Amino acid sequence: MIPTLFVASMLIFAIIRLPPADFVTTLVAQAAQSGSSSDQASMQALRHQYGLDQPLYVQYGRWIIGFLHGDLGYSFEWQRSVGPLISAQLVYTLLLSLMSMVFMWVVALPIGIYSATHQYSILDHVLTFIGFLGLSVPDFMLGLIYLFITAFYFHQPIGGLYSPGMETAPWSLAKAVDLFNHLIWPTIILGLGGTAQLIRIMRGNLLDILGQQFITTARAKGLREAVVVNKYAVRVAINPLISVMGMQIPNLISGATILGIVLSIPTIGPLLLRALVDVDMYLAGSILLFSVAMLMLGNLAADVCLAWVDPRIRYQ
Amino acid sequence: MSLSESRRLTLQSPVLDVPAEADLADEVLTTTADQRYMVSQWRLIGRRFVRNKAALIGGTVIILFYLMALFADFLAPYSVENRQFQYLYVPPQGIHLIHDGTIQPYVYGIKLTIRQSDLRKIYTPDTSKVVPIHLFVQGDAYALFGLIPTDVHLFGTADKSTPVFLLGTDRQGRDVLSRILVGSQISLTVGLIGVFLSLVFGTIIGVASGYYGGLFDDIVQRVIELIRSFPTIPLWMGLSAALPPHWPPLLTYFGITLILSFIGWTWLARQLRGKVLALRQEEYVVASDLAGADSRWIIFRHLIPATLSHIIVIATLALPNMILAETALSFLGLGIRPPLTSWGVLLQEAQNIETLANYPWLLSPLFFIAVAVLAFNFLGDGLRDASDPYSVS
Repeated sequence: MIPTLFVASMLIFAIIRLPPADFVTTLVAQAAQSGSSSDQASMQALRHQYGLDQPLYVQYGRWIIGFLHGDLGYSFEWQRSVGPLISAQLVYTLLLSLMSMVFMWVVALPIGIYSATHQYSILDHVLTFIGFLGLSVPDFMLGLIYLFITAFYFHQPIGGLYSPGMETAPWSLAKAVDLFNHLIWPTIILGLGGTAQLIRIMRGNLLDILGQQFITTARAKGLREAVVVNKYAVRVAINPLISVMGMQIPNLISGATILGIVLSIPTIGPLLLRALVDVDMYLAGSILLFSVAMLMLGNLAADVCLAWVDPRIRYQ
Repeated sequence: MSLSESRRLTLQSPVLDVPAEADLADEVLTTTADQRYMVSQWRLIGRRFVRNKAALIGGTVIILFYLMALFADFLAPYSVENRQFQYLYVPPQGIHLIHDGTIQPYVYGIKLTIRQSDLRKIYTPDTSKVVPIHLFVQGDAYALFGLIPTDVHLFGTADKSTPVFLLGTDRQGRDVLSRILVGSQISLTVGLIGVFLSLVFGTIIGVASGYYGGLFDDIVQRVIELIRSFPTIPLWMGLSAALPPHWPPLLTYFGITLILSFIGWTWLARQLRGKVLALRQEEYVVASDLAGADSRWIIFRHLIPATLSHIIVIATLALPNMILAETALSFLGLGIRPPLTSWGVLLQEAQNIETLANYPWLLSPLFFIAVAVLAFNFLGDGLRDASDPYSVS
């Protein structure tokens, strides 16, 4: 995991240094728009000040060594150190992803069980179709539709995470509730695609398992159907879902990124977009590296979870 | 057993019911039985596929969509450069079919009023003015397929001063329907080229990695792991931000397809490697090897054809993701850039909540995207089920 992260950091650095422009070019372009011109000498001075005139490996080395010491570099655009700038955004991204994951499980499990135990019923067909729809319409389109509905029918201002005045208030129950209210729709939008996927997999798994012999045995023993399904079948059918959970983490982080931009929620999305456009390299690089790290930690958590739930699985 | 299940079982495989008939006919194998026995794998796949109604509908919709993209300039009533500045943000006009007892599609004229409360321009249908819609009218000049210069459009109005905007206009007075139709050319082909590139890389690398194994396999697997350890949207954003803004549109277009396939090939390579690892043990491959066939022969004559149905399925299921990725990137302003038009570029104008509330018809590309993606998913699902014609489910 650590070596992968290391190679990933090199790849990220290559990507963010790929554009022929650097931040000084952005500054010059902005200055040109407001009418002032910049001369070659001051550009060179700026490059020197930001360390952009050093060879690439020196720039990379400084960044990555700083990273190990907890210093994520300096954002040219915001004139601040990157660490404090992105910490809140990272937390919100994580919070949104986690809430979506909880939503997915809470909704998908009962529906999946119902679909499997009532196979080919009308509700099963309806749920399967809705699931397909949820799988096909991506987060940012759902986000746009949600924007449209709130703007058109409710004339409500949306975006942000807190009601006016709450942002700076100290943490209290009221603030947490306010945050939750602002996050609930983004959570549902983000989780819908994954929910559809989980329902399909749960339905398929459970159908397979319900046809196996130990289920017939359990029924023959005279156990109640609820016990047979919930304690015997679901217990086994749930394992593949945990590995699917690991696979969904990249989608959640991707979704949280783009949904943040669409719904103006301070996830890493808006910050990353701006940093990329303005070639604010340390900011963009740190955000990308953290998104990779989040993904890897998520996968690790899913693996641990799987080993914990299913004692047959042991990693060497 | 429910009805649909029993029907499936009896239909599942023509090969299986042949031995029973052959037993009856024991000595003389009738010609019909003989022919039934010869049903090829592809025929079986075809039969299975045709039974899946959703997949058939999906496939039809996709063919229609690509035809639409091919004839976009002809179907669109206006060219995308046609800016009609006296008609900014005109809402969609309802189309009426019957006029004075005869079938004559028409729209009402457009009446402009200035709302006093906020001085905003309001366009309303002018019910006193009937604007008939004609087929094959002359309009903006264009070149069909980029070759045949013409100015005939499928429909439009005879009089230039009374235009028809079935899906409204945007902030520059361009017809939204025309832009969607022309935008489909880019949106639908970006995925196609992206998938094609992914297929080329993915097939070659995946098959070689499974066939040769060893160090090459190790390196390929590590590289795939590395690329897959990135969340896709942030990685795509980073890569497309690296495309120089001064590139000409066509180069940007190919840049985007390259970026899309940069992640796309990893899926295919992974799956094909697994398939090839299993196939390598098959007797016919071993036999071919023992008979002295070189590895190129084995890969291109045995391994790739054997995995072909799998490749097609993955490609079909990857296409909608590519279309969505292009849309998302262009929507963020990192993908296709104006003057090129794609569905994502169109949606970019619908980003602002103010715009959405006042001019909701700018969201209409969403409908086309959703239909295209849904159709591809249905088709891909049908192909996946059909690609293994011996499975029972």
